[in-house]
Amino acid sequence: MNEPLISTARQRSLSSRVVTGVLSLLLIGGIIVAIASFAYGRQAARQAYDRLLLGAANDIAESIAVIGGEPLTDLPVSAFQLLALAPDDRVAYAVRGSRGQLLTGQDHVRLPKSSTTGGPVFYDAPMQDEAARFVTVYRRFAERDFSGTVSVTVGQTLAARNVMALGLTRDALIASLVAGLALMVLATLVIRNAMAPLNKIADELLDRDPYDLTPMDRNVPAEVSVMIDAMNRFMLRLDRQVSSMRHLISDTAHQLRTPVAAIRAQSELIVEATDEDVRNQMVTRLTRRSRSLGELLDQMLSRALVIHRSDSAPPLPVDLRDIALNVVETKDHELLSPETEVELRIGPDEVIVLADEISLVEAAKNMFNNALRHGQSPVVIGVSQHGGSAEIWVEDAGSGPPADILDRIGQRFERSAASSGRSAGLGLSIVRSVASAFAGELTMGRGEDGFRVTLTLPAQTGEPQ
Amino acid sequence: MIRRMIAALLLCLFSLPAHAEEAVAVFGAESARPMLFRSTTDIRVLGPTIEEFVRLNSDIRVIYEQWGSNALYAESLKDCEAGRGADAILSSAVHQLVSLVNSACAAPYRSPLTEALPNDRRWRDELWGITREAAVIIYNTALVSEEDVPHSRFELLDLMRRENPIYEDRIATYDIEASGLGYLFAFSDSIEASTFGALLEGFSRVNAVATCCSNEIIEGVSSGRYLIAYNVLGSYVSTQYRDNVSVVMPEDYTLFLSRAYMIPRNAQNQGAATRLLDFLLSSQGNALLRESGLVMRRDPEETFLPESSERAIPINPMLLVALDQHRRKRFIAQWRSTFGAPQFLSP
Repeated sequence: MNEPLISTARQRSLSSRVVTGVLSLLLIGGIIVAIASFAYGRQAARQAYDRLLLGAANDIAESIAVIGGEPLTDLPVSAFQLLALAPDDRVAYAVRGSRGQLLTGQDHVRLPKSSTTGGPVFYDAPMQDEAARFVTVYRRFAERDFSGTVSVTVGQTLAARNVMALGLTRDALIASLVAGLALMVLATLVIRNAMAPLNKIADELLDRDPYDLTPMDRNVPAEVSVMIDAMNRFMLRLDRQVSSMRHLISDTAHQLRTPVAAIRAQSELIVEATDEDVRNQMVTRLTRRSRSLGELLDQMLSRALVIHRSDSAPPLPVDLRDIALNVVETKDHELLSPETEVELRIGPDEVIVLADEISLVEAAKNMFNNALRHGQSPVVIGVSQHGGSAEIWVEDAGSGPPADILDRIGQRFERSAASSGRSAGLGLSIVRSVASAFAGELTMGRGEDGFRVTLTLPAQTGEPQ
Repeated sequence: MIRRMIAALLLCLFSLPAHAEEAVAVFGAESARPMLFRSTTDIRVLGPTIEEFVRLNSDIRVIYEQWGSNALYAESLKDCEAGRGADAILSSAVHQLVSLVNSACAAPYRSPLTEALPNDRRWRDELWGITREAAVIIYNTALVSEEDVPHSRFELLDLMRRENPIYEDRIATYDIEASGLGYLFAFSDSIEASTFGALLEGFSRVNAVATCCSNEIIEGVSSGRYLIAYNVLGSYVSTQYRDNVSVVMPEDYTLFLSRAYMIPRNAQNQGAATRLLDFLLSSQGNALLRESGLVMRRDPEETFLPESSERAIPINPMLLVALDQHRRKRFIAQWRSTFGAPQFLSP
């Protein structure tokens, strides 16, 4: 019961990780947007109200006229109407002569530090301990009775600017907040959507019968399909092993039942037999029977071994010449049929395939022993390579089994072989299993000098891994 | 418990450059915390309202100083720099208070009542327009014939151009140098309409008199010294009602003034000042002000004045133009060329 809990906890952590990522992304984005919009708002407010200031200053400068040798300002109401567009800001202005002496306005208004007498100069300065923005414009007079530059300075506190900047920032923030919320909703939907296949797989796995080893639905996103493929491969292998195990057991039971029953019957007959000759004859038959039972057992075990290894042992580069050599060197033929002539036909170049060495040895041994048992001398075992396919073959001088047996040969149930206590079918079925395990092929037919059984495997060319 | 005590009542008969109050009255109990209230409004006019205020707020004693507007402005500027001063100021020379606020001499205050004020009667939450008084033409009903009564500035202009000798030397208006309010009215006229130049010319033609103080003008019209007075505060006429003085609201346009209330930055008793402000703006205070004639009802039936002719003097920085040295110099020079040297300074 703990496992499902753990798995759901992991799922949650995965989606919560994604959600945290998206949220922090939004947060960082939000902070950047806030800073940017505040900067933008301040700049926009500054530009807007600087223009008002400049307009008012120019308005005042325009109203200056030289009367009786003195520049006199006819302070226009319109200048203050402009300034009143920032309704709650205090204003200050000063009109100064060419020597900086106050002509009209407030004396506390200072001129800018940089005294260029060109275009308007904007600057920040305090106004009665409050931050304020000032502009100074200059007007040059060249009259008969007055010549010089008159400066007009107009200043305003920053309340309206700040309100505008904050307003713009707030609007931008509200917009980005709405966008952020929309993104968050979308992100949630997308994450949920993206996670759906995983949840589906998890549900499917949880609902699955533990004995159900059928492949899972591969209709999933590419990222997950790798996982599903691996799982399906694993289940396929498990399925194969379980079914081969089942086959092995049923085969074994099936194949052993008849010989064991025969041995029992014969041994009972021996016990009852009184005639010495008959008894000896029976003992001989019993011995033969039990030997062939032993061979059958050997082959069944080796087949089980082959099937097991082909599924579990990782394929490695193997030189087929080593296999052939190995088969000949075990010298089984000297036991099985000492009179048969054996020949090894291998080339100087290595013939590499990707396979399991032990399985290959078993397969080759079976092919070889079949030839020894059923074929005619001489028996040749050889290795050759034709382009991309590597071959290990066994050839005898005989004509091979009849066509109807050839058709059935290598099938799993070889009743005739089993009942006769021989194991030819089983041996070839081992070869066939090996062939299919390593993407190879088993072929039988006329060779150069007789009947040839060939195991063809894809050759591993180039550099071995 | 509530007693009204007039401690002193000094009338400024000699118009020396005033550095002190014209009159002082104290309202409220001796033991209560004092609050210094400086106003250009006549103590007699505003007295009942203040009396009601201290009756409702027994912990406040109002020391009411009555000032001339220019003296009050000069004193308040000095106070602002010196870090002392009154707890509240109520002045009819609104432009001077705007200037004080603009010089950062005021303390801000917000309450539902101040926020209910329209925008042109409120600036920066530091200056509030309390009253609503019209600038009117008054005439002596016994001495001015019915057909001569000017119902607008144009009719006044025509009257003065007619060269009728009975009006010679007998039309009065504020001296704009002596009275901050007079200056504000004249300045507003000059901005409002082009009739102002013609009016000055007309005044010059009939040798009109520029003099100080509302009371003197109304007194003069009542006594027959003047026949017509221009730009007089209607509120003073209605309180000092004379049988033979009648009021005309000019039909071309009538200026409306809102006396401005300000709490100086250096006020010692700001709490009392804000309570007085809220009281003056409350319906109760408003009713008392109306009784005193300081708040005119908007009643076309009574005043015969269409709403489109009402021109409120807005409380905003535009009034700073009125105080500009050059502009004032020019304006007064133009004025002086009509009215001659200040009369009240001559012995």
